[in-house]
Amino acid sequence: MERVPILKLGDVLLVSIQIDLEDEVALNLQADLAERIVDTGARGVLVDISGLEIVDSFIGRVFADIAATSKVLDAEAVVVGMRPAVAMTLVDLGLSLGGVRTALNVEKGLKILREDLGLRGVAELDMTPDRPGDT
Amino acid sequence: MTQGVEANSVVLLLRERRDDVVAAWAELVAARMQRRASEAEVRTEVGNLYDALVAALGDGRVLDSTAPGLDEVRAQLAELSRTRARVGYTPSETAVSVFALKEAVLAQLGEHPSPEAYADFIEVSRLIDDLGLVTFETYVSTREEVIANQTDELLELSTPVVKLWDGILAVPLVGTLDSARTQVVMERLLQTLLDTESDRAIIDITGVPAVDTQVAQHLLKTIVAARLMGADCIISGIRPQIAQTVVGLGIEFGDIVTKAKLSDALEIALSEVGLEVVPKRAAAAEA
Repeated sequence: MERVPILKLGDVLLVSIQIDLEDEVALNLQADLAERIVDTGARGVLVDISGLEIVDSFIGRVFADIAATSKVLDAEAVVVGMRPAVAMTLVDLGLSLGGVRTALNVEKGLKILREDLGLRGVAELDMTPDRPGDT
Repeated sequence: MTQGVEANSVVLLLRERRDDVVAAWAELVAARMQRRASEAEVRTEVGNLYDALVAALGDGRVLDSTAPGLDEVRAQLAELSRTRARVGYTPSETAVSVFALKEAVLAQLGEHPSPEAYADFIEVSRLIDDLGLVTFETYVSTREEVIANQTDELLELSTPVVKLWDGILAVPLVGTLDSARTQVVMERLLQTLLDTESDRAIIDITGVPAVDTQVAQHLLKTIVAARLMGADCIISGIRPQIAQTVVGLGIEFGDIVTKAKLSDALEIALSEVGLEVVPKRAAAAEA
């Protein structure tokens, strides 16, 4: 059974889904993630779904559930990199992911967690390229 | 006259009395056209058509109107229908001028044609009817092509997604918003959001003539899809009457920001990305 890797970046857990999820893999991910949040005390979760091309109502619900679970464990979830086709499908299915925060890509997602939530771990990881003038 | 299954006496007659039939036909057509075309012109036109037809029926058999042998005739008819349509003839006028050939042929059969001649005539007459319909079909399909092209072009023309600033897109909607258009707008907006990494979009509905529940539904769908991708939308260009209809219909835009003018929406979007527009002098004084 394939498992989706969960990476720890400071206070943030990064889940990058690069395959089309089967129902069981998605459920495993949900369980693993909850466990990792508790283990690591993570404050934020980034779910990168830029590799995901197909969603159905079940997977859509799993995402909403992942976000809700994270919230209960006091970790903000941000779903990033949703493809246009996936977004349109979810809308047609009548799923709006119920208040899950979203961002266009991982970088913007990290920025949201860093700025809006003031996450310590993320702040230490400078993901932005060095700009001239910065010391 | 002996006649087997092969030779049709009327077809033979068409070949023998070409000039008479063409003259009669041309006269009928010219009369129908109320002299909008000169008789000489009509005569060449129907003459060519007649020759093509007779040549196609060379062996005396009456062909089916879809037979490959009649390709040349059909091509001529299509051309005739197109040129006539361009000059402003109705498709009926064109079709009727083809049907006039029957009258011209009937006149050539003499006062009291034999029953066999009648039977043959009916066979030819059926072919002529079909050919008349070819002109009609050409007319309709030409029209439909034009309409389809225009629809496509309208769709293309009326759904641009433009970049206003780094990270800010604008979608000026012009015309009625139906499901097909919404789909195009949505696809294009979402793709552009992704391509330009913009997380803000302004949907301007100044050019949308009316907003009903369906249009609002379409707008909301687009905005929800954009949100799922991580971009926020502002609706601008809401005219006073539209605001009233929206309220009257009980449409809820929820927490979506709506603005009366595009400029207001741009201002909000700019301030959200941490920019502001200041007069030149003030900026210079500050620096």
